[in-house]
Amino acid sequence: MTPLLEARGLSRSFGGLRAVAGLDLTVALGEMLGLIGPNGAGKTTVFNLLSGFLAPDGGDVRFNGRSIVGLPPHAICRLGLARTFQITRPFARMTVLENVRVGALARHPQTPEALGRAREVVERVGLGARAGVAATALTIAERKRLELARALATEPALLLLDEVMAGLNPTEVEAIIRLIRDVHASGIAVVLIEHNMRAVMTLSHRIVALSFGEKIAEGAPADVANHPKVIEAYLGDEYVRAAPA
Amino acid sequence: MDLTLVLQGLVSGLLFGGVYSLMAVGLTLIFGVMRVVNFAHGDMMVWGMYLAYVLAARAGVDPYLSFVVCAGALFVLGLIVQRGLVDRIIAAPHEMQILLMLGVALVLENVALMAFGPEPTRVRSALGGAALWLGPVFVDVARLVTFAVAVALTIGLSLFLDRTDAGRMIRAVADNTYGALVIGADARRVYAVAFGVGAACVGAAGALVSPILPFQPSTGLSLSVTSFNIVIIGGMGSLTGAFIGGLLVSVAESLGAVFLKPSLKELMSFSLLILILLVRPAGLFGRRAL
Amino acid sequence: MKWLLVVALAALLALPAVLSSYALTIFILIFFYGFLGQAWNIVGGYAGQLSAGHAAFVGVGGYTATMLATSAGLTPWLGMFVGAALAGLLGAIIGYLGFRFGLRGFYFVLLTVAFAEICRVAVSNIDALGGPLGLYITFTGDPRQFQFQDARVYYYIALALMLVATLVAWAIGRRRFGIYLAAIREDETAAEASGVNAFKYKMLAMVVSSFLTGLGGTFYAFYLFSLQPGSLFGIPLSVEIIIRPIVGGAGTLAGPILGSFILTPLAEVSRLYLGGGGLHGAHLIAYGVLLIAVVLFLPEGAYPRLRRALQRSRRP
Repeated sequence: MTPLLEARGLSRSFGGLRAVAGLDLTVALGEMLGLIGPNGAGKTTVFNLLSGFLAPDGGDVRFNGRSIVGLPPHAICRLGLARTFQITRPFARMTVLENVRVGALARHPQTPEALGRAREVVERVGLGARAGVAATALTIAERKRLELARALATEPALLLLDEVMAGLNPTEVEAIIRLIRDVHASGIAVVLIEHNMRAVMTLSHRIVALSFGEKIAEGAPADVANHPKVIEAYLGDEYVRAAPA
Repeated sequence: MDLTLVLQGLVSGLLFGGVYSLMAVGLTLIFGVMRVVNFAHGDMMVWGMYLAYVLAARAGVDPYLSFVVCAGALFVLGLIVQRGLVDRIIAAPHEMQILLMLGVALVLENVALMAFGPEPTRVRSALGGAALWLGPVFVDVARLVTFAVAVALTIGLSLFLDRTDAGRMIRAVADNTYGALVIGADARRVYAVAFGVGAACVGAAGALVSPILPFQPSTGLSLSVTSFNIVIIGGMGSLTGAFIGGLLVSVAESLGAVFLKPSLKELMSFSLLILILLVRPAGLFGRRAL
Repeated sequence: MKWLLVVALAALLALPAVLSSYALTIFILIFFYGFLGQAWNIVGGYAGQLSAGHAAFVGVGGYTATMLATSAGLTPWLGMFVGAALAGLLGAIIGYLGFRFGLRGFYFVLLTVAFAEICRVAVSNIDALGGPLGLYITFTGDPRQFQFQDARVYYYIALALMLVATLVAWAIGRRRFGIYLAAIREDETAAEASGVNAFKYKMLAMVVSSFLTGLGGTFYAFYLFSLQPGSLFGIPLSVEIIIRPIVGGAGTLAGPILGSFILTPLAEVSRLYLGGGGLHGAHLIAYGVLLIAVVLFLPEGAYPRLRRALQRSRRP
């Protein structure tokens, strides 16, 4: 069974700094994958490489069996791979609905249809009451939802969510976890970059841990959480020795 | 090809380059500190020239002395422009900054047009006409003095930025604004000083070049373009780059005049700009993308 | 709202019957600059790509049509489209270089200025194109040569041009093309991530804009009967082109038109009272001050501000 997304030997350096080194990553259809690692581990770089915003120095990325290296971001989006940004990038002078409509236009070139689709998506993410509000007037939690909605409107098969919970209070986190579950339940595969460990553990089927651009662990959430290398990466090696066997 | 002619072009170009360097250094300082592109740079320089002209015609002061006054006057103008205008839109999208400086350029150029008329002028200097032979090459004393003063000013500026507290504060803000704020820098004041100093550079450059180059209000645009050329070649925000770039571009222009029609000089200048815009090193793009 | 437009249009159509010849000229200029502004608006306002060299397209259009008329006897009615096509080609070249090489903001502005200036200097130095003194068109009053005895014909042509450009902008605005341009203007990276092929749409906007502007070149040439490289390719014309939409509201349909109705009479008045001899630059100073004022106090332009004020007054 061909995986939905398959990255092999993915590498990228910036000057002398190796941001991502020889990464192998697969995502199966409908899977929910967590991508964790300390700051600077290269997680967002991986997203940039997968979505076409950065070109890899080496390695290949296959989406639905087809190589997407070198394709521009809009083409990759149209193939069904959508992403959100760590720091949200709304279209400032548009309303929530208009923002999402841009995404919907990718699949529905006629403006009225796109608007209809956008309305559905806006309702689904819970921004229905704020549909006519300008993007600049939204709270952080709402902006994250908007970012998600816009990506969702492009009808992706795979959604890359970059720290969608950052800056949210516990209630908002709970709400967005439910939303992500809902999105996932409709058959969309999700890769989640998160620092909120509890959220990642509960949501993900599988977790990949990165440190300094390399994969240091992969597997079921509980296994990865207790992996000595992962503990070392986050907390330092003293904690590895202290960890229960 | 007559080698002496080429050599002549080289030397004239090099000497004139001191002024270009000073001009470019001013622009780079403004951009490096505030990320604002001063579209009015060339027009400010033209005002330096006209100021020197007025001082020479009305007060009989030689431009090689009055450049100090011109620098001071343009410093004040820079302060006013920055505090009164640029400061208010420092957080606005870049298009707004561009339009603002375009507006300033329009005002400066056309006030000059109204005040002084469209005809080209030159300033008379006591050094005008005197020349030396340096080996096979014929050198204007005026050009030599211009070069010397311009280089001295550039070195002075570099020392200011390197050795004085104010200078270091400017460099800190240019390098890392948030970091500088943390250590107590008054960013707005630094911006104002930086803009003022940048304007002072072209004030001095304008005065220094006024005996050598005939100028008119419309010269502003071509000087602005040349400044951008130099700064983009040298690397936006790099003072050494601006300095060396100024010399390089001046030599290129000078040699170009040796081989081509003078009216095509502008053509060369603009074509060079396009080439550089397309080919510029990746580092610049990375910076600008922020 | 629709009724207002119909009434306004009817008024504009009927106006020549009551206007003095001087007032007629002012309206012709209002429409003409409104047309150029609206054409620019497509790439400068909707797409947010600031071009400060649009005069180049006017020049290419005007010179092409004039040369074809004088040396090949081609009627300007056709020459107009050849000129516009060449202007569109130049727009495609500038767009390709700018967008392929990722030039944004300040760099793109510089690119457009550089191209316009290169055209100006090049044409100034080509004697076959009239050199620095330019070209002159002999007045024959022959409609087949795009010349009319009656100034009112120019009025209607200019009005038609402005309406055509506005129609094009309107059509673009309501379709995906226009929405994509707005997305690109707001945040090109986010647009790309949402499936927008930024390069393609920016190019399209540039070509449409430059083509339309090129049409204006023919009107310019055959209305003024003379072309100089300085006036047709130079910065002053580029400034005239962009200032009306910016003051009126870039990216809105009414902006360029409103801007032209505000600024053109102002420019004429200042030319009248302050013009003559060396004071020729006075209205440009006013433009400079206006640009500064708009950026500081009215960055979206007059029309959006007006619309909000009207909306507020309508609410109980």
